[in-house]
This record gives sequence, C-alpha cells and structure tokens, in this order.
Amino acid sequence: MRNKLLVSIAKSLLLARWKQTLVAAVGVTFSITMFITLLSFMSGLNDLLDGLILNRTAHVRIYNDIKPNKNQPINSNAAYKNAHNFIGSIKSDASRQAIYNSAAIMETIKKDTRVLGLSPKVTAQVFFNDGSIDITGSIFGINSTEESKLYHFDEYVTAGNSADLDNVSNGIILGKGLADKLLVGIGDAVQITTSKGDRFQLKVVGTFQSGIKDFDNVQSYASINTVQKILSVPKDYITSIQVKLKDITQAPKVAKEYEQLFQTDAEDIQTANSQFETGSSIRTLISYSVGITLLIVAGFGIYNILNMMIFEKMDSIAILKATGFSGNDVKRVFIYIAISIGFFGGIVGLLFGFGLSATIDQIPFNTASLPTIKTYPINYNPKFYMIGIVFSLITTYLAGWFPARKASKIDPVVIIRGK
Amino acid sequence: MNKILEAKNINKFFHDPVRIQVLADLTFSINKGEFVSLTGKSGCGKSTLLYVLSTMDTDYEGTLFIDGEEMPKKNEAFLAKIRNEKIGFVFQFHYLLNEFNVLENVMLPGLKLNKYSREEVEHRAMEKLKILGIEQLALKKSNHISGGEKQRVAIARALINDPHIIMGDEPTGNLDKKNSDLVFDIFNKLSDEFNQTLLIVTHDPSFAERTHRIIHMEDGKILP
Repeated sequence: MRNKLLVSIAKSLLLARWKQTLVAAVGVTFSITMFITLLSFMSGLNDLLDGLILNRTAHVRIYNDIKPNKNQPINSNAAYKNAHNFIGSIKSDASRQAIYNSAAIMETIKKDTRVLGLSPKVTAQVFFNDGSIDITGSIFGINSTEESKLYHFDEYVTAGNSADLDNVSNGIILGKGLADKLLVGIGDAVQITTSKGDRFQLKVVGTFQSGIKDFDNVQSYASINTVQKILSVPKDYITSIQVKLKDITQAPKVAKEYEQLFQTDAEDIQTANSQFETGSSIRTLISYSVGITLLIVAGFGIYNILNMMIFEKMDSIAILKATGFSGNDVKRVFIYIAISIGFFGGIVGLLFGFGLSATIDQIPFNTASLPTIKTYPINYNPKFYMIGIVFSLITTYLAGWFPARKASKIDPVVIIRGK
Repeated sequence: MNKILEAKNINKFFHDPVRIQVLADLTFSINKGEFVSLTGKSGCGKSTLLYVLSTMDTDYEGTLFIDGEEMPKKNEAFLAKIRNEKIGFVFQFHYLLNEFNVLENVMLPGLKLNKYSREEVEHRAMEKLKILGIEQLALKKSNHISGGEKQRVAIARALINDPHIIMGDEPTGNLDKKNSDLVFDIFNKLSDEFNQTLLIVTHDPSFAERTHRIIHMEDGKILP
C-alpha cells in the first residue's frame, strides 16, 4: 500500500514530464541497443574466427614427436650419476612415427568420461604428379564420419560428399587450391608418389575449403585404409589420435595425464593455439567497455533530467514532507522514477538490439576463405541480454541515487518560508 | 483540560551570519478545541515558532510535547509520521500538486497514513470537500481552480487525517477580503462544530480579534 502510493506519485511525476522522460529513456534504449548489437556481432565474429582453427583442432593430440631420446647411454653409467653431461651432435632417434599399441590406447581413451570423442589420423607426405611438375603435399587418412561429427569436416567439403571417402575405394578429397593447381575436378584421377617412391592413382571425390589458403594448397584427405595402403603399413599404424573433450579447459590437464599414461607426446589446444584465446578475450573486452561507456553516458543523461525535475518539483517535495512523507519516501519516489526509465528504456533497447542484430545477420558476407559463411555472423547469446538489462538497471539506479538523496535532504521549512 | 500542544523553555538561535536569539525561553500550551492566533510584527519570530511547533524545524533548545508525547529532535521518519497523523498544515501558498486532481491532492496524506482503504480515504476526502463546500471541484485538475478554492482544497487536505491540531502560516495572507472571510468562517466552523484545535499565525488584526485566544509576540517573547 505504502509502496503503491509512492509508485503512483513517481508515475505522475514521470508522466507530467513525459518528454524529458522520453529523452532519458531513449538514451538508455540507444545504449542498450548498441551494447547488444556490438556484443552479438563481436562474439559472432569471435566464434567464427575461433571456429576456423579451434573447431577443427583436437583438444588433445596424441602423437610421437621426432626428437632425441631423453635416455642417452651416458646417463646409465653409474660413475657419472651425479655429474652433468654435455653431449654434442645428438641425432633424433629413428623410432617410428606411429603410436605404439594404438588400438589399446584408443579403447582406454574412449572409456574416459571427460572425452567427447576421438578420431585417429594417419599422415603421409606425398608428391602430387602433374605432368612434369611435382607438388609437395600431405594426405591425412581420417575416419570421415568421426571427423565430421567432432571437427565439422563435412562443412568444409564444398564440392562432393565427405562420406564418399569411405564409399569410393582410393577416393581423395583435395584442397581447393591444390585441385586448381592440378586442374582436376570430381571424378578425375590424380597421380601421387610417396616419399619411398611408390606410385598410386587416387580418384577425386570432392574438394574442401578450410578458410586458410595455405592449408588448401597442400592438404588432402583420404580414408585411413587408403593412406595405410599408400604407406604400405599394417592396419594398426596410426600417427596421431585427435581427442575432443567435453570441457575444453580440461585439455592441459588431460594432455599431461595421457603423456604419462601412454608414454607418448600429447599436446593440448591451449598450448598449440594460445594466440586465439588472447585475440578473443581482447575483442570481448573492447565490446564490453564500449557498451558500458555508452550506458554511463546515458546514466549522466538520467542524472541531469532527475536533477532538473527535483529543482522544478521543490514545492511538491516540500509539501509531501510537510504532510508526513519522510525523506526516505521522497528518495524512493525518485529512485522509482530512475529505475523505471532504466527498465522500460532497457527492455525496448533489448528488442531493438535483437532487431538490429537480426538485420546484420541478413547482410550478405561472402568471402572465398569462408565457404560456409553467407552472412555476417551474430551470436544470439541470452547472456548478453541478461547483462544488458542488469547493467541498465544498475546505471539508472546509480544515476537516480544522487538526485534522490538530494531530494530527500530538502528542508521543507526553507522552501515554504522562502515563498 | 486536555493539552494538545505544550512547549517548555523553547529557545532558538540563528547562527548565520551572527548568533541571534529569535525565540527566548517560550513556555505555553494549547488545549483541545482552542482556536488560537499567533500575532506580532514581521520578524518577531512567530513563523519561526510555528515551524518549531510543527516538528519540521528541529534546530531548537527546550522540549515540545504533542498530545502528551515528547518530540525527539533526531528521528526524521518518526517526526514525519507525527506530522502525517496529528498535524494538519495550511500555508500562505496552497502547495497543491499540479499532477493530481483536487480529490487526489486531498487524499495523499490519507493514503500515506494507510489507516483506511483507498475507497474509505476517497469517501472521507469527499466529506471534507463537502464541509468546505467545494465538492463540485473534486475531479478538476488542481491548477484549473481559483486561488480561494485552492486554499480551501489545502484546508481539506489538512483535515483528511482528523489531526489533533491544524497549524496555519498566514493562510489568508494571499487572499482578498471576501476569500479571507470565507477561510476564517471555515476555521470558525471547524472550531465550533467539530471542536477542532487551531493555531494560526497571522498579522491581520481583524482575523486575530475573532479567535478565542491571541498569543502576541515581540522580539522572540510572548507578551502577557
């Protein structure tokens, strides 16, 4: 009842000065609109750029690195146990690139509850023969269903079908750049030479565009079987296992654990691609600071308008206090005014922000490197809308608080006797 | 007799620019049903005394009792409640809120008191307007009525919570002869018919003469 009365007084004061109120609310609306649009667009862009690498990269990659053996014979010599050894001209050892006991490792990883899925990979360095020209390149042997499921492989296959890798024997999907160099299309054959000198003929079943041109110029994909055949290695020959986790932040921990457990090398995505995270977080920071700056400016607008209103309504405040409204009641009236400007301005701002982002979402955005993107990317994360409305309420509350306190301190005697 | 208002040894000083005593050791009381006028020359401290008695001005020495209860000087919210419940004000200027109509203006302190439902407060407000003969103005905007009518609406607003005492600071100061008489007649009627206690500051001798009791002030003191 008491609050209802204060609210109705606040409402009458608001409506009596509806033009000023509107200007204040438009300020909030504008800043919330820009805040939402900016964040949606920025984070859409972030997701897109991160997706270029992060979506296609394993969270943990298990492989055998080419490097010198850590256990050099001198270390086993008891006589030099407490000495430091300097050994010159060590060569990386000729241990095999394949992961030892890969089938068992894959079984173990599949049982790990933190793991979303995994896909094995075999890499072969080859020459693509085009008449007298040899183009260096690599063929990745993949399981196309797993690869599509975990790393969106099918999205990048712009011509042909990724599933044909398994369906067509000796099928290959070439990078767009590579296919253009070789002047081949779907159905054509390409000739390759392995590093050991064996020759093979593969059938092109598609081309892909990864968005990174350097990749497209050298890479191609085939089924694991095909690559194993090219390398003339047995069925358990796997050069790397790509693990995708449920929670990407766990990657460094899991990588360390697997390195210990399987006695191989394991690399996490954070170490491999640290620059992307930095870029994303800085872009997000910029959008937030611009959005908050806009809101603060709107807050000053509200502050001014409320100050003016209090100046105009001095008499009304005096009589309210004379007839029994306490300083606190008066303060509340003005805070209600500020909050309602923030609330309604903010809600309209959210709607406009949604509308503007949806409009941007329709603007065509075609780039050769991003075949799956047709329009500007927008992220409709409800989190932004929550933050937007909460921020608008907080800024308007603060903007209202100081004038409201001033109003509550008005001495009715001074006003009434001053007449 | 039932003392509605009692002041004991009230002293008040103005500090700026120099310390001046405006009220000098005032002790007096007002009984229920009395119609008292407070007169004196400009600057004698009569308005200052009224604002001290109204609880709005707490910068004084001495003690003030309203309805037998001592008024604290610090508790602003409590004093606001006392003003709401026990004191009705009529000022020289009407101080009606232009955003509301006449009826709503009268109802505001009643709604604030929160003793009766909205419908009841509305009904009571209409009754007060009827006593003052302005019930036909109830739904008009408060800036669309004449000055005399505004002052009568302000009196109705002062009456809404059936206060123990009505305090007036030159309520007829801004009105012509006809409207002044009208306001006086209203005060008189309230005093006679409703046994309403009134304390009115005025410098109009003809107004003061017609009240039950005159408190005459000079230089911050009450003349015997």
